[in-house]
Amino acid sequence: MYEFEYQKPKTLAAAADVLKKKKDAKLMAGGMTLIPTLKLRLAKLSHVVDLAGMKDLVGIKATKAGVTIGAMTTHGAVAASAAVKKAIPALAHLADGIGDPAVRNRGTIGGSISNNDPAADYPAGLVGLGATVVTTQRKIPADKFFLGMFETALKRGEIVKAVEFPIPKRAAYMKFPNPASRYAIVGVFVAETADGVRVAVTGAGGCVFRVPEMEAALAKKFAPESVVGVSIPTDGLNEDIHASAEYRAHLVTVMAKRAVAAAIGG
Amino acid sequence: MDVNVSLTVNGKKVTGKAEPRTLLVQFLRETLGLTGTHVGCDTSQCGACVVHIDGVSVKSCTILAVQCEGKKVTTIEGLAKDGKLHPMQQAFHENHGLQCGFCTPGMIMSAVDLAKRNPKPSETEVREWLEGNICRCTGYHNIVKAIMAGAQASHDLKG
Amino acid sequence: MTDMSIGRAVKRTEDLRFITGKGHYLDDFSRPHQTYAAFVRSPHAHAEIKKINKTKALKVPGVVAVLTGDELAADKIGTLICGWVIKGKDGSPHKAPPHPALATKKVRYVGDHVAVVIGETLDAAKDGAEAVEVEYRTLPAAVDTASAHKPGQPQLHAEAPNNLCYDWEIGDRAKVDAAFSGAAHAVKLQFVNNRLVPNAIEPRAALADYDTGSGEFTLYTTSQNPHVARLVLSAFIGIAPEHKLRVIAPDVGGGFGSKIFIYAEETVALWAARKIGRPVKWTAERSESFVSDAHGRDHVTTAELATDKDGKFLAMRVNTVANLGAYLSTFASAVPTYLYATLLAGQYKTPLIYCDVQGVFTNTTPVDAYRGAGRPEATYVVERLVEEMAAKLKIAPDELRRRNFVQANEFPYTTPVIHQYDCGDFQRAQREALRVADVAGFAQRKADAKKRGKLRGLGYSSYIEACGIAPSAAVGSLGGGVGLWESATIRFNPTGNVSIHVGTHSHGQSHQTTFAQVVADRLGVPFESVEIVEGDTARTPFGMGTYGSRSAAVGLSAVSKAADKIVEKGKKIAGHLLEAAPQDIEFRDGKFRVMGTDKEVGIAQVAFAAYVPHNYPKDLEPGFEETAFYDPLNFSFPAGTHVAEVEIDPETGTTEIVNYSAVDDFGTIINPMIVEGQVHGGIVQGVGQALLEGAVYDADGQLASGSYMDYTMPRADNVPSFKVETIVVPSPLNPLGVKGCGEAGAIAAPAAVMNAVHDALRAVGVDKVEMPATPHRVWSAIRNAKKKAAK
Repeated sequence: MYEFEYQKPKTLAAAADVLKKKKDAKLMAGGMTLIPTLKLRLAKLSHVVDLAGMKDLVGIKATKAGVTIGAMTTHGAVAASAAVKKAIPALAHLADGIGDPAVRNRGTIGGSISNNDPAADYPAGLVGLGATVVTTQRKIPADKFFLGMFETALKRGEIVKAVEFPIPKRAAYMKFPNPASRYAIVGVFVAETADGVRVAVTGAGGCVFRVPEMEAALAKKFAPESVVGVSIPTDGLNEDIHASAEYRAHLVTVMAKRAVAAAIGG
Repeated sequence: MDVNVSLTVNGKKVTGKAEPRTLLVQFLRETLGLTGTHVGCDTSQCGACVVHIDGVSVKSCTILAVQCEGKKVTTIEGLAKDGKLHPMQQAFHENHGLQCGFCTPGMIMSAVDLAKRNPKPSETEVREWLEGNICRCTGYHNIVKAIMAGAQASHDLKG
Repeated sequence: MTDMSIGRAVKRTEDLRFITGKGHYLDDFSRPHQTYAAFVRSPHAHAEIKKINKTKALKVPGVVAVLTGDELAADKIGTLICGWVIKGKDGSPHKAPPHPALATKKVRYVGDHVAVVIGETLDAAKDGAEAVEVEYRTLPAAVDTASAHKPGQPQLHAEAPNNLCYDWEIGDRAKVDAAFSGAAHAVKLQFVNNRLVPNAIEPRAALADYDTGSGEFTLYTTSQNPHVARLVLSAFIGIAPEHKLRVIAPDVGGGFGSKIFIYAEETVALWAARKIGRPVKWTAERSESFVSDAHGRDHVTTAELATDKDGKFLAMRVNTVANLGAYLSTFASAVPTYLYATLLAGQYKTPLIYCDVQGVFTNTTPVDAYRGAGRPEATYVVERLVEEMAAKLKIAPDELRRRNFVQANEFPYTTPVIHQYDCGDFQRAQREALRVADVAGFAQRKADAKKRGKLRGLGYSSYIEACGIAPSAAVGSLGGGVGLWESATIRFNPTGNVSIHVGTHSHGQSHQTTFAQVVADRLGVPFESVEIVEGDTARTPFGMGTYGSRSAAVGLSAVSKAADKIVEKGKKIAGHLLEAAPQDIEFRDGKFRVMGTDKEVGIAQVAFAAYVPHNYPKDLEPGFEETAFYDPLNFSFPAGTHVAEVEIDPETGTTEIVNYSAVDDFGTIINPMIVEGQVHGGIVQGVGQALLEGAVYDADGQLASGSYMDYTMPRADNVPSFKVETIVVPSPLNPLGVKGCGEAGAIAAPAAVMNAVHDALRAVGVDKVEMPATPHRVWSAIRNAKKKAAK
């Protein structure tokens, strides 16, 4: 690691202030991506701004309308939450599949979505459920939050406070993990929501995306066979030593089919 | 650049100097001489470094020492109490759950966390829980056996 | 027999320190005033070094020194060596180009050592390493195994035209060709034996100290064979005379072959320690391990098997191109030759075998022995051929094997490829394996799987290995530069407890327990009173170390021989004490007794008398300590049958191992619990090779799978629990009848799993999948087969 200064501000305003003043400062939530990045000397920062002091960013609130998860809530807490399991079991299942237990004990929803790794799970959950990201400055619909590979709508100094999830009629997440890293090669979140069916895909492309053809087919009939015939184009899909674009495209269909089956079954 | 870090390690209050970039595992090994916690990779995957922070398993290679200010850390050295092995340690011994021993401290710390949450884990649950702990020697067969036995024994001990 | 005797599942005495965090691995050691080393490594697979500028690095706070290859050469530190010379088809020795510990003119693989920076702290050393400016002129790289020796490829070494280290052969080509032309049936397979990264979880490390007062070096290092390290570092690399170098290998966190070799890092650490007059410590980070630990396997093979009309094997013909990497590692040359082609007979009476091997240099990390070393590759050739032949002849694969097995009454059996198998019972192991694996119920399980949309397959691997490495004369006649005997000193202390000093080294093999069991059993002393001393050249007799499943077959034979000497001497002392002739004394259960009487004396009393010789035979030396060296008469030949059963999800290509059964013959078993553990671990490394692991280089020679993010280590959820049993056919050639168990799993499993995968995929028209059979590969194979069928 390169040297840096460590700060643990007490308020979001103070944290935002550091970010504004220091151009090589970065926020740290759980640190599950940031610290490995620093360890491999892939980033050089002047300041690491630890958000762990902000206790009001931790917690899960469930109402009839939805579930609100504080930005500093860990994946482990979401996975274990009785409220989440009851309201949106698919989301608890998604959180339970992130990283490994020790990573889930530290990694947070706010950190994950702000980083927007193309193979992360939460982006599919947020987009699939039509969630809203609450920041220090505004509310951003998930569809407009994830802009590209490691890129979000967050402005400099803007910090995620929470994510609001509406409760879907039914939903499921199916992930085909990279055998080595266990990140998603393809992860598909399917949800039947008040605003229609949503199908969100992570891992396959540079950023989470929706599959309108599948959504339309599922809107007509919410059944696995509805998506079997829908294949997505390979253009722009990721290719690496683990999976070709073609394979990823194929897996999107398979995982979507299985997600629909799981949503119906559960 | 050094800052003072105060925390409780294995029940003892300790204070030591650390750079902001000092990882908890470095602090434990180099400053406190607790070399039972190991480093086996640089991508937070092997789990040889797992310790407990405030009772839950954490990879000590992926947390800064300064982040642990005021926290309670338990390492493999702190698991046995009053000269008596923790049931999970005993189970690893009884079931030949280790060979070279390098991954073992992390395996045991991770397993203890599982046992707290799930006193009767199934084989599948144990195998899934170990996603973040890599062993190259044992083929996991006896580790899984040990953890199932150790979880049960931990539970029995509590009554 | 006590609970601690040979054959009992004695719980390990080494466990206590490991489960309480009190082990002492290399990185746990520190020396006062020590410095830290960070290596500047080549980012290019192939490049000329034009210039190295240290200026900026030397200005980094905390940097103590920046050292390069030119300075290493100026100090007359020798290059790294390969200790086994292979002679090619034309009788010429292999090409062993210089392998400098720090590169001088050229770098030849990503990770090659360019310079070392010594810092007051690790961070200072790393900062310094980043600040070293190296000017390279990049060159095209030869990366691909199969084509590296073909004309027109980039050339690595002037000494090795066409990147060819050797072109070696074994067997009579003309006879084999003739047998093929007259054969009723033949199958031909082409496949890759994938390159693996060993990945012991403890990274390699070295801590070098130089005592200016005594002129002595001490090297703490992660070694499987500290005496060999000392020998090579002194006699060949020239760090110091042997008696001025002490090598200590403390608790070592796994080796699997990768810690046999003498690497650049410890060489440089020793040299640098003297140069700067302070201890130097280096611990690999995992990303360094990936590029700098010697890799394993990496063959491209064409293999053929010919049979008569009844499936009787007539001949086998094999060509292999073996990737040796950029330089010859310590035993690299022997692995794809004498440790490989000599096992191509397998368990069968194939009368004629020919194999030729081209060992090639490429711009990749050096390749050397990795668990099994040559024998997994040989088993893969033989067992894949047999299985494909069975499919072709429509004979059940277990039946085809039985038709060709060497029979239990045909030992010793000499194969056409050098080895003489001492003993075995291949039929029995197979019979037991069929039972354990419930092969009879497989058809039903396959039908059930089909209903669930899964493809189920079953695969065998009836492997044999040559272990207990090795008779020194045989090794020498084949080009090996060392003897491969083993040593042991049994030292009774005056109070009656016993220290056993041995030349082997345990890095997971449990010697502390099993060696003590043998000594307790042989000498009738309490198990708890036996201490095993290993891993320190100053505390142990010269020994060759632990690899090739040799510690029991060779190391314990030395212990056993030393025990015989102790008994012999004890009889003389006891005879004197009991006023009887030594030849009238018998020794049993720790007591020397005058035959036919109840006059006896315990071995502890004898030991005391030997150290306090007040009442003692006149012509006998005091003391109760004996050393024995044991050179094996032959290799040992563990063998068995493994059965893998897989289920493939054709939609995603995912393979799940649903059952895995193994029945092995390891000869006499000292401790069944530990043997089973060795088998489990080996199986998972074999499963890793078959389904998960593969070192992948891109066309430029960058390692694309250089971390656990991309190199798939087997995890607990990749494998099931195993069914492991043994049969015992004791080896007649060593005192304990042991054969060795450390590599069996890794040798047998790849073929068993891949045979099962091919068996499952035959139903959908797939005839070939390479290792690792990843979901992507399996899915692609199924899809391609479908496309082909549609045409």
